[in-house]
Amino acid sequence: MNSHTPAIACHQLVKSYPGRPPTLAVRGIDLVVERGECFGMLGPNGAGKTTTIEILEGLLEPTSGDVEVLGLKWKSDQRRLREQIGVSLQETRLSEKLTVRETICLFRSFYAKGLDPWAALDLVGLREKAAARVGQVSGGERQRLAVATAIVGWPELVFLDEPTTGLDPQSRRQIWDIVEAFKSQGRTVVLTTHYMDEAERLCDRLAIVDSGKIIATGTPTDLIHSLGGAHMVEVSGNRAEDFSLPIDLLSRLPSVKSVSVRDGVASLLTASPHIVLPPLVAALEQEGYRLTRLTTRQASLDDVFVQLSGRHLNEPVVVA
Amino acid sequence: MNTSKNNSLETSLQPAARGLAPVVSASVQHPFRELVWGRVLEFCREPEAVFWVYGFPVLMVLALGIAFRSEPVEELTVDVVSHECAAEYGLILSASPSLEAGVFDLETAMNRLRSGRCDLAVVISMDPDSSNDSVARDNQPVDHAAINVSEIDASAIAFAPRSTDQFEFRFDPTSPQSVLARDRANDLLQRAAGRRDLVPTTDRLQQEPGSRYIDFLIPGLLGLSLMGGGLWGVGFVTVEMRIRKLLKRFLATPMSKSQFLLSIMVSRMLFMVPEVLLLVFFARIVFGVRVFGSPLALAFLILFGSVMFSGIGLLIASRAKTLEAVSGILNLIMMPMWIGSGVFFSRERYPDAMQPFLRALPLTPLVDALRGVMLEGQTLLGTWQELVILAAWGLVSFGLALRFFRWS
Repeated sequence: MNSHTPAIACHQLVKSYPGRPPTLAVRGIDLVVERGECFGMLGPNGAGKTTTIEILEGLLEPTSGDVEVLGLKWKSDQRRLREQIGVSLQETRLSEKLTVRETICLFRSFYAKGLDPWAALDLVGLREKAAARVGQVSGGERQRLAVATAIVGWPELVFLDEPTTGLDPQSRRQIWDIVEAFKSQGRTVVLTTHYMDEAERLCDRLAIVDSGKIIATGTPTDLIHSLGGAHMVEVSGNRAEDFSLPIDLLSRLPSVKSVSVRDGVASLLTASPHIVLPPLVAALEQEGYRLTRLTTRQASLDDVFVQLSGRHLNEPVVVA
Repeated sequence: MNTSKNNSLETSLQPAARGLAPVVSASVQHPFRELVWGRVLEFCREPEAVFWVYGFPVLMVLALGIAFRSEPVEELTVDVVSHECAAEYGLILSASPSLEAGVFDLETAMNRLRSGRCDLAVVISMDPDSSNDSVARDNQPVDHAAINVSEIDASAIAFAPRSTDQFEFRFDPTSPQSVLARDRANDLLQRAAGRRDLVPTTDRLQQEPGSRYIDFLIPGLLGLSLMGGGLWGVGFVTVEMRIRKLLKRFLATPMSKSQFLLSIMVSRMLFMVPEVLLLVFFARIVFGVRVFGSPLALAFLILFGSVMFSGIGLLIASRAKTLEAVSGILNLIMMPMWIGSGVFFSRERYPDAMQPFLRALPLTPLVDALRGVMLEGQTLLGTWQELVILAAWGLVSFGLALRFFRWS
């Protein structure tokens, strides 16, 4: 195995499920993940993230396209690859009757080389829970155990599918720490998420996925800068019974790159909020509007997604 | 790291998480051993499963053993229809330990016959040509109320049937008890009237362990346990793991697939050892059931049957995606074997045309072979035909299961 090859390279991945009409879950995805980076696939539920990651994990056959993981192919090097990657599926119910330690020992035994089970438990902060049954620990602890089973073989590359979905904020941060600790050892992480804060915090690079396609790739900062401004000014107000804002007027304001309106709130993308704000307030007052809200914030990955797809990340995909 | 977050984890994360490389070592535990051990632990921590596997067969043996305990054929009941000498004839009939006679009027006797409370009714009438003789008798007419004739000392009364009396037997020809009662009653009356046996006959009672119903039943229940354990134990557990996506999770590791499938079968066999020992010892201690053949041959058969049914269980579970689906199929498959493989009664009761079909059911050859070894002391060689059928079932189903097994 050549350690200069990328961790993952895939070309024109397509996956369709039979049916009438056939469902195209993945429609032509190209990806390169470098070694040692944390690569994230960000997208709403149903975007095809899980299908893509399961193809990369060798659990699903692509309908067409090429996949190389750590310079190896699934067809010819399945066994070697399995030794070198770790996987945490979106939802796996580990045996509830086994203890945390027994579960780790079981998964450890599958790998020829790996961590001592205790070291793996230390890594995820579960040493105190070693003797507890899986069925009796909290959701966050169970998810940390799932991550531990993925890294107990001390793999080159670990796949985490929605590692923090459904967890409380505290548990999510604990998972993030584990991922960062793993990455700090020079290992590669590929994860999927529909949380933009998770993507921004953990990922060196991101692919934004929608409807089975990658619609943008880059570092979180690059993606946000690609909007043309790093700030959002959000404003809402009304004139008597009229709640609609004068979009034309707003978009003509100095330094405003774009305006989008949603639920009565206009979002103005700008590089310099201090230039936008005075004329904005003056213009609306002149038109007889009463302001009900005026905030500025940093532009986020969600804004990138809105810009690209017209929807928010947390909006479910509407099947036409 | 951000200092405001993860205060709790900061203390619980060990050095590895803070930048020190953890030690990577070669494997120490064998995955097969871990897989089997994991299954054993899970099983032992599931009280319900332990009850069904160990408690149920014993309860069944106990219940059936009590219901069908070996007792001499129960007494046959004969009603003598009221007649002036009914009591005397009743005494003649009661002389046999297997008959119990009572005197009833015709209507009551017929009712009792219809409802199965008596097995035979004897109606005595007088030969019209010799009606005078009866007057000579000094016996008192018998009261209509039921008389328990057995309470009268039989030897104290010497009474011979009169040739002028005619006997009519009323009985149900489809009931073995009725037919038996008729023949006994006829015999007793004829002998009392002076018939002599022409050839000497002797009875020798055969009642030793090995020929009773419980002896027939135990090998059948053993087979039934092996079937239930193999099919449910393997089929249900496997589908459950598929639903939990655990199979898919395992597939994502370097775990060997065949070792995994084998571990399910082997762990099933481990649960079965105490189950079978329990059944055999229980039957031995409570009912005195003996194993006539070699214990080794019996052990081999048990293992063989267990592997075969595990294979079938795996095949049934190879595609099923819900517990409902797999339960349905399991019940459908087990039902014909419960009633057709000769577990509770001999399959010879079914018409000849059905026998080849019954013999082909996987449980039938197992039960036949178990009975051969346990009751007739056969060797494995003597049961080769059964072993061939079992092996065919095992190989075909395991092969198909491996081919069609769905991991997700």
